Amino acid sequence: MSVWKNYLAVGLGSGVGSALRYGVSLVSQAALGSHFPWGTLLVNVLGSGLIGWLAAQALRFPQGQLARLHPLLIAGFCGGFTTFSLFSLETLHFVTTGRPWAGLLYVMVSLPLWLTAALLGERLALSCR
Amino acid sequence: MGQGVMNVLLVALGGALGGAGRLAISNLMAHWLGKAFPWGTLVVNTTGALAAGWLLGWQGLSDTASVLWLFSIAGLLGGYTTVSSFSLQTLELWHGGQAGRAALNAGATMTLGIVMATLGWALSKGFS
Repeated sequence: MSVWKNYLAVGLGSGVGSALRYGVSLVSQAALGSHFPWGTLLVNVLGSGLIGWLAAQALRFPQGQLARLHPLLIAGFCGGFTTFSLFSLETLHFVTTGRPWAGLLYVMVSLPLWLTAALLGERLALSCR
Repeated sequence: MGQGVMNVLLVALGGALGGAGRLAISNLMAHWLGKAFPWGTLVVNTTGALAAGWLLGWQGLSDTASVLWLFSIAGLLGGYTTVSSFSLQTLELWHGGQAGRAALNAGATMTLGIVMATLGWALSKGFS
């Protein structure tokens, strides 16, 4: 795959993923309120699960469709769907608004959930026949 | 409705540019520092947190539906930074028998993310 095609695929996937992330944040704010960043937590956990599943599938079937769409789906869609900058901002926002413990809780809950989701995604792909 | 579509397109455009930027930095870091450690993801996430902190200090959270916020924070920096690659790479280090490096990656990412966001925020406050 040429370099530019690679950039185009990642850019396209990231754009779609970002738009969907924005949609999830709007819906979660409407449904769950904005006291806690549920939307960001949700996209980051879902995106970590999806990337674990996709990467394991691509590894199992190196000639398959998923492996061919690797840049679009993995670096592109999953990368754009999840966000670390908003996560940092939300943690900082907790601290600057006098809720450092909520910030700490957000960090302590997020990290294990992200990693567990990726692990579960991977396991799911490996357990399917 | 028209405004809603406009907002989504702004986020998508920023996200596409941010994702391409992330790929460029990841390639550059892999070229310079090798692939034994996910330097690229660490660099995009920490620099993205710095920029986001700076924008938060400058803009505030008052208007998260503004064109600037949608394009730069939700779009550009959201697409530029990534949690999914971080999770996958940390897991891969751990699977590869490099638990120390996995822990280092997780610790460095979380700590530097908060520190850089705070630094960016303080910088913007210092200049205003």
